[in-house]
Amino acid sequence: MTFLSYLISGISLGSVYAIIALGYTMVYGIAKMLNFAHGDVIMIGAYMSFCGTSYMGWSPLMSVVLAIVVCTVLGVTIERLAYKPLRMAPSLAVLITAIGVSYFLQNAALLIWTSNPKSFTSVVGGGAVKLFDGQLSISHVTLVTVLACVVIMVALTLFTTKTKMGTAMRAVSEDKGAAQLMGINVNTTISVTFAIGSGLAAIAGVLLCSAYPTLMPTTGSMPGIKAFTAAVFGGIGSIPGAMLGGILLGVIEIFSKAYISTQLSDAIVFAMLIVVLLVKPDGLLGKHRNEKV
Amino acid sequence: MAMLEVKNLNVYYGLIHAIRDVSFEVEQGEVVALIGANGAGKTTTLHTVTGLLPAKSGQVIFEGNDITKKPGHEIVRLGMSHVPEGRRVFAELSVYENLKMGAYTRPKAEIAESLAGVYKRFPRLEERKNQFAGTLSGGEQQMLAMGRALMSRPKILLLDEPSMGLSPLFVSEIFKIIEEVSAAGTTVLLVEQNAKKALSIADRAYVLETGKVVKSGEAKLLLDDDSIKQAYLGE
Repeated sequence: MTFLSYLISGISLGSVYAIIALGYTMVYGIAKMLNFAHGDVIMIGAYMSFCGTSYMGWSPLMSVVLAIVVCTVLGVTIERLAYKPLRMAPSLAVLITAIGVSYFLQNAALLIWTSNPKSFTSVVGGGAVKLFDGQLSISHVTLVTVLACVVIMVALTLFTTKTKMGTAMRAVSEDKGAAQLMGINVNTTISVTFAIGSGLAAIAGVLLCSAYPTLMPTTGSMPGIKAFTAAVFGGIGSIPGAMLGGILLGVIEIFSKAYISTQLSDAIVFAMLIVVLLVKPDGLLGKHRNEKV
Repeated sequence: MAMLEVKNLNVYYGLIHAIRDVSFEVEQGEVVALIGANGAGKTTTLHTVTGLLPAKSGQVIFEGNDITKKPGHEIVRLGMSHVPEGRRVFAELSVYENLKMGAYTRPKAEIAESLAGVYKRFPRLEERKNQFAGTLSGGEQQMLAMGRALMSRPKILLLDEPSMGLSPLFVSEIFKIIEEVSAAGTTVLLVEQNAKKALSIADRAYVLETGKVVKSGEAKLLLDDDSIKQAYLGE
């Protein structure tokens, strides 16, 4: 029964990673850049939700909506101000800029909310579902997290396959020039991608802090890096890959903590990544693309 | 007034002066060919016309409007559609999705009609509508690229090397389709290395050499021109 309970916590943590990884992978797929500030958008989202419930006394739902709106606007603004001017620049310049944005967000949070950890109130409430005569207890946060992940996955899949904007996004991801010849505004498509990714980051931030309620300006960086790992693990650019990578990563992390060593769990996670990349350099579900010169 | 007018166009790749003072015109209803060797600047010219590349100086005038500085994605709305070199179909989208992207700028209600028209012209695309475009043969991909461009109902169709890499049978078929498209009222600007084929269906042609127009005139006359025969027709 403990095995099952570990598995469930793994899937739940993995769901958060997966939601974050979707942001990385979608942005990479469309803009061909690694947005290392993505993890810090998560942190901003969590702070927004915290401000909503603790300072303004809003309902959890309203606070989550606030977090999503602020992060969406933030993501689009970051893209417009920091990344768009570098559209033609070498990818290294964009990468360094992204790291700069990441530090900027962390330090801005440090100025506004100080380095004292805030105790985050779960937006879900503290109850739990008890199964098998109370031997297995699944917290409401866990259930909501997994459910949110499934809903997001289904919604995103429908969006990218069934809608005009979604199809246009896939077209842009494959060939920006050809997409432009179709009349697709590539800049708008990139903005929409950042909006979706950052909105998802807000949800991930709230869910993450509901499960692990210590909120600091650096809260987003480790989950951000792990979710990036998850995106690469599953095959960067692939939406199902981000999902699979995230969940696997969460499960591996929790099992390593439970059965091997708490201290070594992160090392084990990253070692797994290295093994996967050695065996399958494009990630689990990644497609090999010949970059056209 | 010509439908498409290119005046003293200059384009640079960094320091390389790729297009030098190129001027040409396409009248409504014509088939005009740009011919020339590899690297003469044919593709660069087309890319500048449809806004994929910026011009250093000069003008592109379409139906009387200066479109030189217009963003690429707006140009297709004006009625100009470009089938790029190497076809560039979206390999991971289905044939049907590729065609739908071709009609991206058009209202939903009109798409079904255009789609039926494209399927009628290219029955093979309808047979394979649910297949990924990447799984099509080269000739089928060329048909898809042309069908996709026609979905926007262009007034002028710009074709870049439509015969490249195709078997002789497909080359003839593609040229037959270009003639049909032209007969149906669409103006055509054709870029080709296959000068013989291009001149045989074109009304007029311009010969590009190292970024400059070195000769122009009626296609039939160019076919008989000795220097053209020697340089491009292998006679």
